[in-house]
Amino acid sequence: MSHPIKPRLNVAALRILIAAACLSLASCGGNHSALNPAGPQSERIGNLWWLLFTVSVIVFVLVVAFMLYGAYRSRRRNNAATDENAERRMARAVSIAVAVTVVTLFGLLVASVLTGRAISPPPSGDFLTIKITGHQWWWEVEYEDPVASQRVTTANEIHIPTGQTVMLKLTSHDVIHSFWVPSLHGKKDLIPDHEIITTIQADAPGTFRGQCAEFCGHQHAHMAFFIIAEPPDQFQAWLENQRKPSVQPADQLQARGQQVFLTKSCVLCHTIQGTPAGAHVGPNLTHVASRQTIAAGTIPFAHDSLARWVVDSQSVKPGNRMPQNMLSPEELQALLAYLESLK
Amino acid sequence: MRLVKSILLISIITALAFVSCEREKRQFKTTPPSSPPNTPVRQTELQPGPHVAQPQVVNPYEGNAYAMSEGKTLFEWFNCVGCHAHGGGAIGPALMDEKWIYGASPQNLYDTIAEGRPNGMPAFGDKLSSDQIWKLVAYVRSLAGQTPKDASPSRSDHMNMKPSEQEMPQQPLTEKKAEHK
Amino acid sequence: MNVESATVTTDDVRAREERERAILERTWASPPGLWGWLTTTNHKSIARRYIITAFIFFLLGGIEAAVIRLQLSRPENRILGPDLYDQFFSMHGTTMMFLFAVPIMEALGLYFVPLMIGTRNVALPRLNAFGYYVYLIGGVMIYVAFILNIGVDTGWFSYVPLSGPQYSPGKRVDFWAQMITFTEIAAIVGGIEIIVTAFKQRVPGMSLNRIPIYVWAMIITSFMVLFAMPAVMLSSSMLATDRLISTHFFNPAEGGDPMLWQHLFWFFGHPEVYIIFIPATGLVSTMLPSFTRRPTFGYLALVLSLVATGFIGFGLWVHHMFATDVPQLGQSFFTAASMMIAIPSGIQIFCWLASLWSGKVRFATPMLFILGFIALFVLGGLTGVMLAAVPLDLQVHDTFFVVAHFHYVLIGGAVFPLFGAFYYWFPKWTGRMLSERVGKWNFWLLFIGFNLTFFPMHQLGLQGMPRRVYTYQEGTGWANLNALASIGAVIIATSVVIFIANVLWSCRNGLAAGNNPWESDTLEWDTQSPPPPYNFVFPPTVNSRTPMWTRTADTPVVTGLRSECREVLLTNPLDAEPDRRYEMPGPSIWPLMLALGVGVTFIVVIFTPWGIPIGGTLCAIALIGWFWSGNRPEPNLPGQTREPLEDEL
Repeated sequence: MSHPIKPRLNVAALRILIAAACLSLASCGGNHSALNPAGPQSERIGNLWWLLFTVSVIVFVLVVAFMLYGAYRSRRRNNAATDENAERRMARAVSIAVAVTVVTLFGLLVASVLTGRAISPPPSGDFLTIKITGHQWWWEVEYEDPVASQRVTTANEIHIPTGQTVMLKLTSHDVIHSFWVPSLHGKKDLIPDHEIITTIQADAPGTFRGQCAEFCGHQHAHMAFFIIAEPPDQFQAWLENQRKPSVQPADQLQARGQQVFLTKSCVLCHTIQGTPAGAHVGPNLTHVASRQTIAAGTIPFAHDSLARWVVDSQSVKPGNRMPQNMLSPEELQALLAYLESLK
Repeated sequence: MRLVKSILLISIITALAFVSCEREKRQFKTTPPSSPPNTPVRQTELQPGPHVAQPQVVNPYEGNAYAMSEGKTLFEWFNCVGCHAHGGGAIGPALMDEKWIYGASPQNLYDTIAEGRPNGMPAFGDKLSSDQIWKLVAYVRSLAGQTPKDASPSRSDHMNMKPSEQEMPQQPLTEKKAEHK
Repeated sequence: MNVESATVTTDDVRAREERERAILERTWASPPGLWGWLTTTNHKSIARRYIITAFIFFLLGGIEAAVIRLQLSRPENRILGPDLYDQFFSMHGTTMMFLFAVPIMEALGLYFVPLMIGTRNVALPRLNAFGYYVYLIGGVMIYVAFILNIGVDTGWFSYVPLSGPQYSPGKRVDFWAQMITFTEIAAIVGGIEIIVTAFKQRVPGMSLNRIPIYVWAMIITSFMVLFAMPAVMLSSSMLATDRLISTHFFNPAEGGDPMLWQHLFWFFGHPEVYIIFIPATGLVSTMLPSFTRRPTFGYLALVLSLVATGFIGFGLWVHHMFATDVPQLGQSFFTAASMMIAIPSGIQIFCWLASLWSGKVRFATPMLFILGFIALFVLGGLTGVMLAAVPLDLQVHDTFFVVAHFHYVLIGGAVFPLFGAFYYWFPKWTGRMLSERVGKWNFWLLFIGFNLTFFPMHQLGLQGMPRRVYTYQEGTGWANLNALASIGAVIIATSVVIFIANVLWSCRNGLAAGNNPWESDTLEWDTQSPPPPYNFVFPPTVNSRTPMWTRTADTPVVTGLRSECREVLLTNPLDAEPDRRYEMPGPSIWPLMLALGVGVTFIVVIFTPWGIPIGGTLCAIALIGWFWSGNRPEPNLPGQTREPLEDEL
C-alpha cells in the first residue's frame, strides 16, 4: 500500500459523482414522480427505494473500488501471486464477501416483504369505491353506489377525498392497460375479465398525474389521467354536482349546440345525462366542462383545443377512435358553446 | 460470388420496399376529413343523353385489414348487430350470404349505409363520417366472404357464435338484383 | 491407447505431421464454389456465418434503436407516427433478443466449443447447418415483412389480447409468431449440438473438472435453451392458431386466459436473459487468465454458480408480472427467488475480483471490456435487486427504469464481453490482430456513450415515464434527460462504426497473430490461426485446467484416427477416457433443403392451412434425402485400410 493516493482519488471522485446523483434524484419534482410521494403507499415505497438505493451505492462503490485498485496494484508485480497462502486468503475474502451478500439480501428481502404487506389493500372496510375501466385510449371512471341513480360516471379525471383510503377496482374493456400514479402508489394492470383491487390515499390536496404503463396500442403514449385530491367537503360537493343531470342550454347558441350534438356523430358514442344521448362507446360528457383536460390528458379543455379535437382529432392523437367531423363553422361554434356549458 | 449475392439482396430489398403492403396500412388521418362519394343513390342504369360509363367509386379501404377490423368495431358500437345480428340477419337482412337486395358493390353498400333504405335501414350519413362508412363497407363485405381472406378479421375476444370472417367461404362478388324488392 | 507420446525425434514427427496434414486437408475440405458453400458442414464455416448474420442483425437492431432515440429526443416529436414507432421498437426488441443475442452466443459456442475441447467438428454437423439455415430464413422473413409494412407492432413480448386476432388485424403478428418458432428451432438445435459435443468429444484427459469455464457456460446455457425455448414455441404457436384458425387459448369469453400467455412467455423470457448472460460470463472467465496471468480464481465456485443460475433462472418468471395481482405469498416467493439469483452472480463477481487482485493485469482492449463489463453489470444487477422487491417493482415496472436496467444487464452484461471476445478471438478467426489503439477508442466511446444513454433512463422511470411511448408531452419534465440519452446514442453509434472500421482495416493490415498471441491457456490456441478445417492434426491431450500453460514437450497427442475419412474420437462423459472412433458425415445439401421445407411450411400456413401438407411433403422429401445419404458405403481408399486401435508406439 505504498501508493494509495490514486485509488483513493478514484473513490473520492466516485463519491462526488454519486452525491451529485443523489442530489439530482432528490431534487426532481413533478406531480408524477415516484420520488415525490404524496400518500402513505408511495411513502412506504419511497422509503424502500432509499434503502435499496443506499445499499446499492455502497455495494457499487465497493466493487468498483476493489476492481480498480486490484487492477492497479498488480502493476507493481512481475507475476501473478498464486501461491497457496495467497489463494487461501483470497478464498477467505471471497467467502466473507458472499456471506455479507447473503445477509444483505436477506435483510432486503425482509424489508421488501414488510413494505409489501403495508401497502397491500386491506381485506375489507367501508371505502369509497371507484371502478376504473381501461379503454383504448382513455379511462372510464365510475363511482360506485348501492343506489343506481347515485352512481357517477366520468372519465380521465378521478377526484378523491384527502386523508381517506380509496378502493379502486380495475378492469379493462379491451386490451391490457396499467394504472399508475407514481406519486400515490405503484401500478396495477387492468386486464379484461379480471378485476384487480388496489387502494390509494392522498394525504394533502393536489393534482397527481398518472399514465397507462402497459403498452396498449397506437396511443399508449397519450393515455394519461389525473387524480385530484380535495378536502372531503369539497369532494362531496363535486360528487353531488356530478350526480346531477347535465345543465340545460342557457341561450340560443347553446341550444343550437345541443341540437348539433344530438343530430351529428357525437350522439352515436357519447352520453350526456338529461338528453337523449346515451351511448357508452366514448367518455361520458355529462359534466365534461368540469374537467381540465380532454383526450385522456392530451390537451387542455379550452376553446381552441376543443375545436381542434372535435374537427381533427386524428392529428392530435393519431389512431384514436374519435372520427374527424365535418361541421360548418356555425355548427362548430354552437357545439363548443354547448360543451363548454356542461359544468 | 459475394458480389452477386449482395447485388441480388439489394435489388430484392428495393423491389420489396416499393410494393409496401396495402393490406397492412394503418391510415388514421383522412384528407379532406370527410368526403362523401360523388354520386347519390341511383335506382336505375338508364340515363339521358349518350351513354357515358359512370366513374367507378372505389373503397379506399378495399382489402385493408386494419380498416376492416375498425369496421367490425364500429359494427358493434353502432348497434348494427341489433338488426343484422352478427351477419346472420334478424330484423334486418342477413349479410353473410351472397344476396344483396340493393347491390353488392362497395358503392351500393356505401349508399345503403349513408342514405338508408326503405323498410327499416336508417340513414347514417349525417352521423358517420365517410371514413367510418367506408370502414363499415369494407367489413360488411368481409362478412360475406367477399374480401381477401388474409385481410378479413379473425375471431373476436368474446363468445363466437359463427365462424370468423376469415373462415367464411369465399363468395364471388355477384350482384343478384332483389327478387322481392 | 491411441494417445501417444510426442517424444520422438523432431524430424520424424514433422514428416509425419506433414503427411497427415495433407490427407486431412483433402478429407475435411468443403467442395469448391457455391455448391460447397451451400453444403458445408464444417462447424467453423457455419459458426462464422452465424456470427456475421447475427452481427448484421445487431446493426439493424441498432439502427432501429437510433431511430427510436431520434424520435424521443424531444417532446411531441412527429418524425415517426405511432404506427411506425410501434413497429420500430418491436423490431428492435425482437431483433436484439431473438436474432442477435441468443444466436451470437450459440454461434460463438459452436465455433469454440469443439476447438476448446480438442475435437474436429461438432457432433451432428448436418443438424448444425440446418439450424443456421432455419435461423437465416426466419430472420430474413421478418425483415422482408418489416420492409413490406408487415413489421410486428406489439412489442417483443406481444401481450395478448393486444397481439390477438381482435386487436392486431393483418399479418404482422403472424409473421412475428412464426419467426419466433423459426429462431427457437435453431436455438434448440444449437443447444443439442453443444451438449452432445461437450459431453462426448472432449480430448482424453479433459475430465469434467478440467473443462474450460466457457464450455461449462455453454453446456448450462444449452440445457436452459432446451427447457426454456419450448415454452415460447408453444405460446407462439398458440397465438398463431388463435389468430389463424380461431382457437381460443387466450380468449377469456370461451375459457381461455390472457394470463396464460404471460406465464408461458416469461417462463421462457426470464431464462432467456440468463441464456444470454451465462455465455457472457463464460467468455469473461475464459478471457481473464490471459490478462491476469493466472488461472481464473475459484473454478469450482464459478462452475457451481453457473449451474445454480441455470436452475434458479427458471424460478423467477413471475417477477415480470407483479403488477397483475399475484397473491402475497407468491410475490414473496418470487421476490426471494429473484434476490437469490444475485448470490451466484455475486460469487462470480467476487471470483473475478479475486483474479484481478492476485493477478498481473495487462490492460489490453479485451481486458478493458471486461472491467467495463464488471462495473456495468454490477450496476444492472443492483437495479435488478430493486426490481425483485415487489413494492418498488410496482413503481418502476414498465418504465424507463426497467429499460435502463435491462440494457445495463444485456449491453453491459453481454455486449461488452462480446466486444471483448471479438478483440480476443479475432486473431484466431483471421490470423490478424485488431488494432489496439482503435480498440481503446472503441471501448471508451462505447462506455461513455452507453452510460450517457442509459443512466438517465433510471431517473426518467422514477419520474414517471412509461416505456414504449412514441412520444411524450411537454411539461412532463422528461425532455432534457431524453435529449441527453439521444446524444449518448450518437456516441454509441460512433463507437460501433469505429469497431467495424477496425475489423475491416485489420482483416487486411492487422499484425500477424501467430497461434497464441495472448499467451492464453485453452486449446483453441494450440492450432493455427485461422484453424484448418480439421482443427488439429493431432488433437492434443490435457493434464490440467490450463493445458497451454502446463504442457511440456512430451505431453501426448491423439493419433490413430483415420485421416482419409472424417473421423473423430469419442470419449466418455465423465473422465473423457477414449471410448470409440466415430465417422462424421461430410458435406450435404439436405440440411438446406430441409430448412427450405420448414420455411415453406411456416410461411405458407400464415396464409392458408395448405401450408402443412405442402411444406410437410417437402420436409419429408428432404428428410428422406438426408437419411439416404447417411447410408452410403464408407469410402475405403485403396491401400489404406483401417488402422488397428492398438496403435504403433
